[in-house]
Amino acid sequence: MTLASLNLQPVLPEIVLAAMACLILLVDPFLPKRGPTVSFVLSILTLIALFVITLVQMDDSVRMSFGDMVVNDPMADLMKLVVYVLVAAVFVISRTYLRQRGIDKGEYYMLGLFGVLGMMITISSNHLLLLYLGLELMSLALYAMTAFKRDDGRASEAAMKYFVLGALASGILLYGMSLLYGVTGNLMLTAIAETVAAGEDSMALKAAVVLIVVGAVFKMGIAPFHMWLPDVYEGAPTAVTLYLAAAPKVAALALVMRLLVDGMGPLFYDWQPMLIVVAMLSMAIGNVVAIAQTSFKRMLTYSTIGHVGFILLGVLAGTNEGYAAALFYTIAYAVMTIGGFGIILLLARQGFEAESMDDLKGLNDRSPVMAFVFLLLMFSMAGIPFTFGFWAKLAVLQSIVGVGLWWLATFAVVTAVIGAFYYLRAVKMVYFDKPEDTSPIQADVNVRGVLILSGASMLIFGLYPTGLTALTAGAFGL
Amino acid sequence: MEKVYLAVVLAPLIASIIAGLFGRQIGRSGAHWVTIIGVAIALAASLYAFYMHVFGGLSTFDGTVYTWIASDLFEFNIGFLVDNLTVMMMVVVTAVSLMVHIYTIGYMHDDPGYQRFFSYISLFTFSMLMLVMSNNLLQLFFGWEAVGLVSYLLIGFWYKRESAIFANLKAFLVNRVGDFGFLLGIAAILAYTDSLHYATVFERLPELADITVEYWPGVEWSLISVIAILLFIGAMGKSAQVPLHVWLPDSMEGPTPISALIHAATMVTAGIFMVARFSPLFELSDAALSFILVIGAVTAIFMGLLGIVQHDIKRVIAYSTLSQLGFMTAALGVSAYSPALFHLMTHAFFKALLFLAAGSVIIALHHEQDMRKMGGLAKKLPITFATFFIGALALIGFPGTSGFYSKESVIYAVAASELPGAEFAYWALFIGVFVTAFYTFRMLFLVFFGESRMDAHTASHAKESPKVVTVPLVLLAVPSLIIGFLVVEPMLFGAYFDDSIRVLATHGAMATLEDQFKGAWGMFLYGWTTPVVWMALAGVAGAAIMYLGMPNVLPPLFARVFAWPKRILEEGYGFDSFNNTVIAGGSRLLGRGLWQGADLRAIDGWLVNGTAAFVGYMARTWRLIQTGYLYHYAFVMILGLIGLMTWIVFIGA
Repeated sequence: MTLASLNLQPVLPEIVLAAMACLILLVDPFLPKRGPTVSFVLSILTLIALFVITLVQMDDSVRMSFGDMVVNDPMADLMKLVVYVLVAAVFVISRTYLRQRGIDKGEYYMLGLFGVLGMMITISSNHLLLLYLGLELMSLALYAMTAFKRDDGRASEAAMKYFVLGALASGILLYGMSLLYGVTGNLMLTAIAETVAAGEDSMALKAAVVLIVVGAVFKMGIAPFHMWLPDVYEGAPTAVTLYLAAAPKVAALALVMRLLVDGMGPLFYDWQPMLIVVAMLSMAIGNVVAIAQTSFKRMLTYSTIGHVGFILLGVLAGTNEGYAAALFYTIAYAVMTIGGFGIILLLARQGFEAESMDDLKGLNDRSPVMAFVFLLLMFSMAGIPFTFGFWAKLAVLQSIVGVGLWWLATFAVVTAVIGAFYYLRAVKMVYFDKPEDTSPIQADVNVRGVLILSGASMLIFGLYPTGLTALTAGAFGL
Repeated sequence: MEKVYLAVVLAPLIASIIAGLFGRQIGRSGAHWVTIIGVAIALAASLYAFYMHVFGGLSTFDGTVYTWIASDLFEFNIGFLVDNLTVMMMVVVTAVSLMVHIYTIGYMHDDPGYQRFFSYISLFTFSMLMLVMSNNLLQLFFGWEAVGLVSYLLIGFWYKRESAIFANLKAFLVNRVGDFGFLLGIAAILAYTDSLHYATVFERLPELADITVEYWPGVEWSLISVIAILLFIGAMGKSAQVPLHVWLPDSMEGPTPISALIHAATMVTAGIFMVARFSPLFELSDAALSFILVIGAVTAIFMGLLGIVQHDIKRVIAYSTLSQLGFMTAALGVSAYSPALFHLMTHAFFKALLFLAAGSVIIALHHEQDMRKMGGLAKKLPITFATFFIGALALIGFPGTSGFYSKESVIYAVAASELPGAEFAYWALFIGVFVTAFYTFRMLFLVFFGESRMDAHTASHAKESPKVVTVPLVLLAVPSLIIGFLVVEPMLFGAYFDDSIRVLATHGAMATLEDQFKGAWGMFLYGWTTPVVWMALAGVAGAAIMYLGMPNVLPPLFARVFAWPKRILEEGYGFDSFNNTVIAGGSRLLGRGLWQGADLRAIDGWLVNGTAAFVGYMARTWRLIQTGYLYHYAFVMILGLIGLMTWIVFIGA
């Protein structure tokens, strides 16, 4: 690779983001102590700028740069756009919460932006090392954000667990990558795929597949590698949980897609059975254990485990329809999750966290609009027809039925029905139980606005899924 | 033009939403203004569309405005098919609806549910327009169910009355039976043609013509006949044909304006409209046409007879509606689609008129509906009387009125048909004319002539209704009188329906009729010499002798002599008792058995509670694994890794 073959244009968003994150890092300490409004505004502006740049550069072609290490295909562009929107929404909805808890610091936004940079690199990499680099950049930001409320024991414990288990998973992933490099002699994912397709099946290759699958699905929170997820999501400040639960899942899907589909596509029949097993475990554990939760935050966490199981169904179908469905589901999931955890932010106030299921009771008496938003979100998560979540579930189920996995689809539907129970129970609490706390909702316009947008998108994409379906299908050349 | 069509549909919808959700904010007058303006816009746009299509030479519009789902197999769209048939229906629906809206201001004046009522009728207008303007079966079904829903809501509008709740439940359940057939028909069409879009379905019909289906070993049916009869079962529910007619008389529990709009002029004609719209399909099956013909004829005569023994003024008109729907259905059966639609249109005007005039009487008498407590009202309610009289003349088919042209055409089309059952149908309709005239003028005489049978208080308060009530009456009286004369020629024998309706050459009823037709004026003159008109006049004379001549002698005498037939009529041939004891009772018995045995024990006991208990047990157990210890978590991860490694690498997938 010579300097002449560098093409900086495709990586312009990454460059802009890196520069802006550093700028915010520098500017923030010199700002008045009252609050990081400047950092917040700069972060939002940065995300808007990135959105515009990516949108302008977006086309149907696959653009390789940096000596083929960086790939910008339609999937990458779409995922990045989604990440910007999600992170911006999280920043907006979190402000009040952070301020009330005395942790509204510039570092939150700065770490958030570095996390985005990590996600973008993960999404766009065509090279094992670059992929690992992006993943670690993202993860480090996430670890630090989890521990953001330093003097809170729960948060520190969560960050510790996250860090140690994350490091373990990274180690497993790296081990797999090194085996893969050893067998194929290449770090470039596309080149690896060619070598694998041509070469023979060896035991080392199989071991590499197993290790990589484990490392990759850990980031998604797939069972049985999900144990960190409930503790981290519950322990982290809710504003951080929002960040953790939404955008990184998009990057995690990209990680799985890049490694398994781009890099080890020819080994489909080795990794598909593994994914089937872990997806089934995830859907079962996520949906069943959620029932026993008394904390709403923890319930949503288990619901996440169930959802990522569904996302994996699309991947393991091994068809472009399946990949598109997985991406569609991921987007739906991320929007729903922002709404779901956002409800906690809505109910929380100074010195009160509102994480228990009981805090939901009688929301309808306190705020009918928010109760309806909540109903839409829960219906969507349960996959009730004509919500966003319904089309997501339908798409992944269609894709696995399309490859003949009827029994798996049946299993998935059964777990979804079990899951519907706790979503509907939450709706019942909101509408039919008497509130224990009748004080008016204090949340400000930021929280309400994002929540209404999130609830409205359940309905809008539920009634008009065609636009997004076309986008996700287009990302895989359909 | 697409914007015009959208305006037709959306104006009433938006008005309905405003009146429904913000009724408290905009107040009573706000609610009626917004809905009246909404419907007025729809009427204006419909008239414009009518003008452009009929006189402006605009060709048929068939287009999609919104794609809901597109999948590999099929597309579900919201779209419009606007041709001459559609614009006629649009104008009729919006015109009658506007009259009813205005009338409602007077009729519902003191009702606490004022805004809710306006919201419902506007919503109804929207749904009905969606139904008639649809270009595909899914949207048709949506409109079909939506009008059914609004009808249900409005029959039970006075939801504190037990009889109203009973009636709306009955309407809902009976319509379910029809809709089940309808849905099966739609499903069959989708299954065999892969499309719900009318034009595509019609194009592919020839491929289906020779297919037979065998649902029972050894019994083969033509697929087209099966589909046609299934669709017609849907029409039987909505258009209240025997034996699914039982809900319509009870629907009179709703406020009178909606009896006029929904249960006489528009919604109940949806079945007629649908069959006409699907003429290319129905034409291919003589069996289905015969079935339709016989059902229609039976409804026309037997439901008319029931009108003779009713005492409630609205129920008389309700049975007359049933009977007239039977006339339309019979016309469909002999492939005389255009007379059926023609009668649909004239009937919409004069029946809405009759209902609204009856409502005006009811207002004057402070919501008294029993004709035994009326009489001699002609002088006190002059405008109501005059318009009611016009409506009655149109209903019996008095020469020159709109009803004359449409009903006459229907009967002669049936007479000219050679379909099996046409002979029977002709005689049924022929006698039906006499019956119609008899009960109509019985009602007229009982209400407006003779001695007053009211108590003194009611009599002293009886006065003509306010302008908002009488003006719609007058506006409806005009088309009831003249529209038949104006449009009979272009509509029946011109090219008006050429693009919308297909008739096979073997079904020659209309062709025969066309040969005999000598212009609207000629028809009027010739009408005086035909037996049909004389039957009608005989009915009027009979009613006059009985209820004007010797009202205290003849009716009681007849009641004594014909005690048994009268009893049968009063029981409505026992349909209600049969349904209540056998069908409702039987279902309840079955339900109780299933509830106790299957539901409580097997499903609840073993399946539901058993599963729930199992899931709950699993949830509690798995939760325990989540200990919170880091090394447990790491251990589970490693176990998972080892498990997968063993499986994939050493055992092999």
